[in-house]
Amino acid sequence: MGNKLLLDQGSGGLASHRLVADVFLRHLANPVLARMDDAALINPKGPLAVSTDSFTVDPIFFPGGDIGCLAVHGTVNDVAMLGAKPLYLTCGFILEEGFDLDDLERIVASMARAAKKAGVRVIAGDTKVVGRGAADKIFINTTGIGEVVSSRPPSGHRARPGDAVIVSGTLGDHGLTILSHRQGLSFEAPVQSDCASLNRLTLKLMQRLERVHVLRDPTRGGLATTLNEIAQQSGVGIHLEEPAIPVKPVVASGCEVLGLDPLYLANEGKLICILPGKLADQALAVMRRDPLGRDACVIGTVTAENPGKVVLRTGLGGRRLLGMLEGEQLPRIC
Amino acid sequence: MSSSDPLRDPALCREVLGRIEEALQGRSLRFMEVCGTHTVALFRSGVHSLLPSQVVHLTGPGCPVCVTHESEVAAYLELAGRDGVVIATFGDLMRVPGPGGASLKQAVAEGARVEVVYSPFDALAVAKANPGDKVVFLGIGFETTAPTVAATLRVAKAEGLSNFLVMPFHKLVPPALDVLLADPEMSVEGFMLPGHVSAIIGTAPYAPLAEKYRIPSVVAGFEPLDLLQAILLMAEMKRQDKPRVVNNYKRVVSDEGNPTARAIVEEVYRPCDALWRGIGSIPGSGLAMADAYKAHDAFEVLGVELRESPPLPGCRCGEVLKGKMPPDKCPLFAKACTPANPVGPCMVSTEGSCAAYFKYQLDLA
Repeated sequence: MGNKLLLDQGSGGLASHRLVADVFLRHLANPVLARMDDAALINPKGPLAVSTDSFTVDPIFFPGGDIGCLAVHGTVNDVAMLGAKPLYLTCGFILEEGFDLDDLERIVASMARAAKKAGVRVIAGDTKVVGRGAADKIFINTTGIGEVVSSRPPSGHRARPGDAVIVSGTLGDHGLTILSHRQGLSFEAPVQSDCASLNRLTLKLMQRLERVHVLRDPTRGGLATTLNEIAQQSGVGIHLEEPAIPVKPVVASGCEVLGLDPLYLANEGKLICILPGKLADQALAVMRRDPLGRDACVIGTVTAENPGKVVLRTGLGGRRLLGMLEGEQLPRIC
Repeated sequence: MSSSDPLRDPALCREVLGRIEEALQGRSLRFMEVCGTHTVALFRSGVHSLLPSQVVHLTGPGCPVCVTHESEVAAYLELAGRDGVVIATFGDLMRVPGPGGASLKQAVAEGARVEVVYSPFDALAVAKANPGDKVVFLGIGFETTAPTVAATLRVAKAEGLSNFLVMPFHKLVPPALDVLLADPEMSVEGFMLPGHVSAIIGTAPYAPLAEKYRIPSVVAGFEPLDLLQAILLMAEMKRQDKPRVVNNYKRVVSDEGNPTARAIVEEVYRPCDALWRGIGSIPGSGLAMADAYKAHDAFEVLGVELRESPPLPGCRCGEVLKGKMPPDKCPLFAKACTPANPVGPCMVSTEGSCAAYFKYQLDLA
């Protein structure tokens, strides 16, 4: 096998078979995938949660992860936020002719590690190779399937006045890492993506706290946009205390330099949990016992006031709207 | 996002708020912040929502994107469609609507080559990487950004990088303040002067204005306590009827400014009249390329001209920029004009006053 991907390797012929066997099957092997039929035969129980997502991140390797593990974490988390137990993934690859095969192997190996850690199996896949320039190096689509474990799955529609709003840790780490690497910027302290699969943490929450109303992972658009979506879905107001919102100092100062707001930056390993206020301490205890939730804290409450809006009380006690992200965040002039 | 910074200390800020109330003695203070970063800082910190009702906040012409004239937007959009031209710009300009609602973002979708950069030196790197193209950096910004762009031009000249060009749209703050203050309809009683601009020009250029128009003026930083102290100083000067220029941002701004930065600007540029959106032509408020740098002037090299461009129908950005109309009183505000579909630049720029009102102000939602 050469070092660069050839169009032949997406032709469906022998070269494709070799690529599948040498890279994908070697790293992602499991009995379902190994049958190599046109479809995977699975036998899950009860209602299912299904989610699909496409990953086009640039750069494809970044501190804390790469496009491969991100494609696993992102979809596992989407399934998990329905209070479901993710079991299976399918993945589709769109690869650019000339892509470095060693990089492809690193990415697939990273996917395999992430899937193993999350306890999910890749049961079906597809590979296409497109001409140079028709895609940017590598795009990955993953679809996740999970068993719903709760009789009342959490949903963005279920936030109620009196609920507490909890986040599992610091915000903006992934977004700033990607933006700073894209621009070739570095900061005094290193920033690193938080990308991780949160399904074990959500399962603990669902098992120990029957009344979780909302679970969401604040990915693109960040905390602010996700909470606005929840406020609108549930027809409630969300009141946040700015000093309680955890942001690493390096992320806060990096954002200041670039004119960005960490509350709008993407996260790939954090969740928002909304549940009755009286269960907040119990939820915090569950989350803080998990490494992915050790910095969990209550950042606000759900209110009947200002339905559909998110209101932020600043450190000074002033109040302001925290609206949705409009387009992408762009660096400012001065 | 807690902070141990005393400039964000809630107790200190409350104390200054109390002193502002005392200084006002029931009278009102109509103050204008000149800098867009101040506009955003006032809202983001929550200071705006805490001010006594007698403190009337007016936004000024301090967002470089907002004051970029329609004909300037039209000029760079015309270039963005040309073969062999790469536009390099700060991100703020991407969504600014030009004639017919076109923007750089739309130009990109139609095939224009546009690079969003964080520094003019990044644009220089784009020029080096694309020797067969003309790379045009959009030189938009006040005294703050002009020196860096000038330094980049100096490097380009020294290295013989003839494909690096700049469209000089820089604007100078003091001449604009003079025009605003001379307007008989102007009702501003205090200026919060821009911290970043003042770091370059110092405080001297404001002194004649404060004297001529008897207006209290405070150079301010961007932390909550900076903002509150500036308002307190304006209120005290008004009460004592002793208007002057106070530098309350001495940790960054020296009274003399930055002579090195000014020298680079003087070498590369020469003063010229400039067009300001909503205000019109202001004598001596812009920077054109000095003769020695004409080879890097996009207007000269690419034969671009500023052409009369009709103002955007219904847009009242000009009145907002002059402090004659609060953003939310514009008939288009939050109706025909929103950040998703901006009619005028005050709604599109992250530092624009309309965008700040729309984005942060709770009682307008």
